[in-house]
Amino acid sequence: MRDNNKNNIWKVISASSVGTLIEWYDFYIFGSLATIISEKFFPSTNPTTAFLATLATFAAGFIVRPFGALFFGRLGDIVGRKYTFLLTLIIMGGSTFLIGCMPTYATFSFAPYLILILRLLQGLALGGEYGGAATYVAEHAPEGKRGYYTSWIQTTATLGLFVSLIVIITVQKSLSKEAYNEWGWRLPFLLSIFLVIVSIVIRMKMNESPLFSKLKSEGKTSTNPLRDSFGNKANMKMVLLALFGATMGQGVVWYTGQFYAQTFLIKTCGLEATQTNTWIGIALLLVTPFFVVFGWLSDKIGRKGIMLTGMLLAVICYRPIFKNMYEICDTKNKIEATSTIITTKKINPNKAKDSLVVKTSNIVFTDSSKLLLTETYSLEKLQINNNTPVDTKKTITLASSYQWSITLYIFILVLFVTMVYGPIAAFLVELFPTKIRYTSMSLPYHIGNGVFGGLVPFIATLITVSPGSDYLSGLWYPMGVAAVCFVIGILYLSSKKASD
Amino acid sequence: MNTIKKYLGIVWIIAAIAVIVFLVQSAIHNIQPDGKLDINKPMPWVIIIIIFMPIAVGLALFGWYAFKGAYDKIEE
Repeated sequence: MRDNNKNNIWKVISASSVGTLIEWYDFYIFGSLATIISEKFFPSTNPTTAFLATLATFAAGFIVRPFGALFFGRLGDIVGRKYTFLLTLIIMGGSTFLIGCMPTYATFSFAPYLILILRLLQGLALGGEYGGAATYVAEHAPEGKRGYYTSWIQTTATLGLFVSLIVIITVQKSLSKEAYNEWGWRLPFLLSIFLVIVSIVIRMKMNESPLFSKLKSEGKTSTNPLRDSFGNKANMKMVLLALFGATMGQGVVWYTGQFYAQTFLIKTCGLEATQTNTWIGIALLLVTPFFVVFGWLSDKIGRKGIMLTGMLLAVICYRPIFKNMYEICDTKNKIEATSTIITTKKINPNKAKDSLVVKTSNIVFTDSSKLLLTETYSLEKLQINNNTPVDTKKTITLASSYQWSITLYIFILVLFVTMVYGPIAAFLVELFPTKIRYTSMSLPYHIGNGVFGGLVPFIATLITVSPGSDYLSGLWYPMGVAAVCFVIGILYLSSKKASD
Repeated sequence: MNTIKKYLGIVWIIAAIAVIVFLVQSAIHNIQPDGKLDINKPMPWVIIIIIFMPIAVGLALFGWYAFKGAYDKIEE
């Protein structure tokens, strides 16, 4: 009997985790392939398509995910967990597949509108998926092991990112640049449908959550989960506490460790993209088991302490870690060994004022790192002794000896993520009663993760363009939000569990 | 501890108002027709301010609940 229960819980975890991982993969590949998506569907020279691109970027994450949380949360608390998070999987998989099939703007002028709709559907589906998966696993888990079992769901976001990087890199390396740009970019989207079909088949065979089934058989399910969740003061105060005392800080730490670090290395430090993604991929693989470690530990010592410690460590360590990564990449700290400079003039016969001089410098340093520096000058300005480049691009490829330093820093950043994220599924599940659990836990999670976390790049840019800021100033936003969340969490969070 | 939690409730209410004021002021300052960054475009600001309105209301409500002692009992 005991073995049967144990086998069953692992089937439940597999069914939930595989589907959630695929949904995260589907959501990430759109972001990871944003440059080529923009080129194919949202040319920036067209104001309408550029507008739609911005809408797709911001609305999908910020508005639609919390709305998806409300919509599917409500459905899950009325109809049941199993069928609701089957529906989210179908919507996500179908949308992703159709993105891969869509003709480009060049051949189909409505394509940008359809891509926008499909992206919004992805956000909607993601908003409904996580709450369902976490609730489903938690409601099968025995008392005292909820943290451990739900932590397997918590690995799926990071693994989804890892799988998306691997698939994209594999496709890019398997095809010529021309083939990839022409049709190869569709493959990561099309692959999704096969993964989704497998996951649907697995989920169809699962039974409904036992706690929900029991509630339904007793006639105790909620007829209006939205009202019961947010119109009831006793529950609403817990939703607010979950958001401001836990998921808000979790969201910014999660985003900063996994995405902002990548953007910082590529755009601020100028590190070569494939090298960055490879080292991040290694770090993600090494750190992923710690989601389960901290989930397990939270069953022993409590969830609040681990999550808040992760937030505090993030606040303390972000600036030194990012500073060190920047200094490793900073060529001012390196000694030049050899350099090759090629200067090219690009004369515009029709408009001499638009003629350019491009200076390409290939510099090798004594530590074997390489810098490719491209400076573009206006010919007109050069003729009046103005030597300021109109555009500068630098790409640094670090020597392999730096691999473990950068990987270690990313590892530490994502370790903070595992601390705040590993226990949080069990934490959120335990805050709310069964009959409104899906609704109540989904909203604070997606506001914390999707809104507060998703705003990291926007607010970071806002801060870094302000007077007096430097390359680390963007970190004030995640540090500030995590610090406020830490204070609220320390003072107001309790370990009270909702009765089943 | 309950007194600290209670009076911090006022801080959260003020913070809620401050967040909206900050966002609106930042939007006015950064929206530029010829800007190239996302922070220069009006659409992201519209979306962010729309989504943050209910969040700010939520923070103010959280502060109000804290001030009224709704979070006073911590049960382990």
